[in-house]
Amino acid sequence: MNPAILVPLVVLLPLLGAAVTLVLGRHRRAQMAVSASVLAAVAVISAVLLATVDASGAGVVVQVGGWEPPFGISLVVDRLAAIMLLISAIVLLGVLVYAVSQGVADRHRETPVSIFHPAYLILSAGVFNAFIAGDLFNLYVGFEILLSASYVLLTLGGTGERIRAGVTYILVSLVSSLFFLSAIALIYGATGTANIAQLSVRIAELPDSVQLILHLLLLLAFGIKAAVFPLSFWLPDSYPTAPAPVTAVFAGLLTKVGVYAIIRTETVIFQESDVSTLLLVIGGLTMLVGILGALTQADIKRLLSFTLVSHIGYMIFGIGLATELGLAATIYYVVHHITVQTALFLTTGLIERFGGSTSINRLAGLLKASPLLAILFFIPALNLGGIPPFSGFLGKLGLFIAGAEGAPESVGGPAWLTWTVIAAGAATSLITLYALTRFWNMAFWRDRDEVEGYDSPLLNSVLEWEGSGDTAVATRTIPVPMVVVTTALVAITVLLTVFAGPLFDLAGRTAADLVDPSVYIGLVFPGGVR
Amino acid sequence: MTASLTLVVLMAVLFGAGITIMLERSLTRVLIGFLLVGNAVNILIFLMSGAPGLAPLLSDDVTADDISDPVPQAFVLTAIVINLGITAFMLALIYRSWWLARLGEKGDLVDDEDDLEEEVEEAEGLIRSSAADDLAIQELIDASDEEFEQSPERPDEEVRP
Repeated sequence: MNPAILVPLVVLLPLLGAAVTLVLGRHRRAQMAVSASVLAAVAVISAVLLATVDASGAGVVVQVGGWEPPFGISLVVDRLAAIMLLISAIVLLGVLVYAVSQGVADRHRETPVSIFHPAYLILSAGVFNAFIAGDLFNLYVGFEILLSASYVLLTLGGTGERIRAGVTYILVSLVSSLFFLSAIALIYGATGTANIAQLSVRIAELPDSVQLILHLLLLLAFGIKAAVFPLSFWLPDSYPTAPAPVTAVFAGLLTKVGVYAIIRTETVIFQESDVSTLLLVIGGLTMLVGILGALTQADIKRLLSFTLVSHIGYMIFGIGLATELGLAATIYYVVHHITVQTALFLTTGLIERFGGSTSINRLAGLLKASPLLAILFFIPALNLGGIPPFSGFLGKLGLFIAGAEGAPESVGGPAWLTWTVIAAGAATSLITLYALTRFWNMAFWRDRDEVEGYDSPLLNSVLEWEGSGDTAVATRTIPVPMVVVTTALVAITVLLTVFAGPLFDLAGRTAADLVDPSVYIGLVFPGGVR
Repeated sequence: MTASLTLVVLMAVLFGAGITIMLERSLTRVLIGFLLVGNAVNILIFLMSGAPGLAPLLSDDVTADDISDPVPQAFVLTAIVINLGITAFMLALIYRSWWLARLGEKGDLVDDEDDLEEEVEEAEGLIRSSAADDLAIQELIDASDEEFEQSPERPDEEVRP
């Protein structure tokens, strides 16, 4: 079978599924069956695509409607796109099962409306479309699809808190979309094309100053979406208020779509224009500022949102190095971060159900009450903090080695800068560990009766968030599928360590494709660019 | 590449006005600002198609140099559709936040599917009073128009009836 048939399906299936689930609005069971099977099908397709692409060494390209590039729309699946498709399909499927079982147990209190499934599937379609877009404008459409769906999911139920958080998120996203669209307009004006492969050739022919302006405008748009400092202020204010599964999928995936777009921008589109120094500085600042924010948070959802921002810095650092090893480590880190961040947010959802709160000041005694929950939180926490032998450690080590190797030849900016960012990365990793183990100590290890009037130097610096107020409710039972899904995701994060060898090799082959833009160009234009 | 000066000026004005309005506190104004900036970007895309020409249909007596570039037009059409969808969503969001602002905490409890009669009645009462609000606002505007003609001072009255 020709694998090219499969490529459009990863976008088409979720879109059709969204239409079907919208029609089935009143039949929840049918809705669940449709959306779960659609996402499972996409996961299988992505796995097949990844296997084909990796085995053949070439990508799969589809010219939509048979129109030749650059006039038609190209859908490109190379190794990077296939990896991203597979991991996001798995995470989306897992979170869907989690959300459904939570909805069934709560009689749909968190997701009371029939539009949850259609919106979720449209979000998936947007994410997949962004990954396979071979055209800058198609990438924009993918972003808009996923953003529109995310607006709906974030303001689900329309409570006051969510509307307030949603307004910030929506306005920031709108502004970034306007930047992106303006960038596309100017790039089209300068080069006469929006096809990424053709842009790679034509942009290199432009004067340096024009290249730099276009490059920075595009990075600005993607930087807001990826939540890179100083464009990350919106994230901790908007993500924590959404329902737990929605926060998990946003945190895991949406910022990574921005990171993916930045990888493409740096490697293929602007191969000549070099902003490595800027990316290194921004990467270092994102790590430090993000994690210092996390230190002062008493609410675990907000704390995790700040660590999310902070760890985007590692990926920006890897992209800024612009070496093959740096990119390989970045790709491995992206996969690690998607799974571990989603697992942490899902576990937080379980903690909220079980302990009745997400505040460090109110939770206590969970270790005795639920040892499984303690393990489910502890493993991803150590993983994110970069404790050997977990994948977080391997990813960070890969990045640091790439930085240290690149530093003497000052590949990405001056050597002292690279070393400074490596130091910042090591510090960030330790502070992450501190922030998460502090939460673990308080929530799991502390006795129940110690909560009243508890005074500890560990807690002196944390801020209560108004949103976390008196949310304490009676302990609710946790449905088995929620625990199973969370356990499965935690297991995947551990498997990333077990299979680190083959995975890092795959990431290495992907990075080798990326550092040489002619690979990508050759995929879309087998006969060379006219 | 040639560009029409009128379009450039129009784009600049739309950008300026739109960004100014987007910085206001009121959500409705922010939405209007977004619409203006969105249209400014659309005109920017349109400008990038270069000099105007014939409709992009190739035939025997039309060469590729005579026609307009159709690709930016396709971009603009797509962007307009996306803006339309976002605007619809924003309007719903603004209505919801207005509703919540009027009802406070209670607003979270009243929804379309609510079957508690009292709350529905209460909600209907509010809808009626919102119609009364519109009337009162209209009266105020009329009154301020008249006053404005006489003296530039604004009335300090509350908008609510």
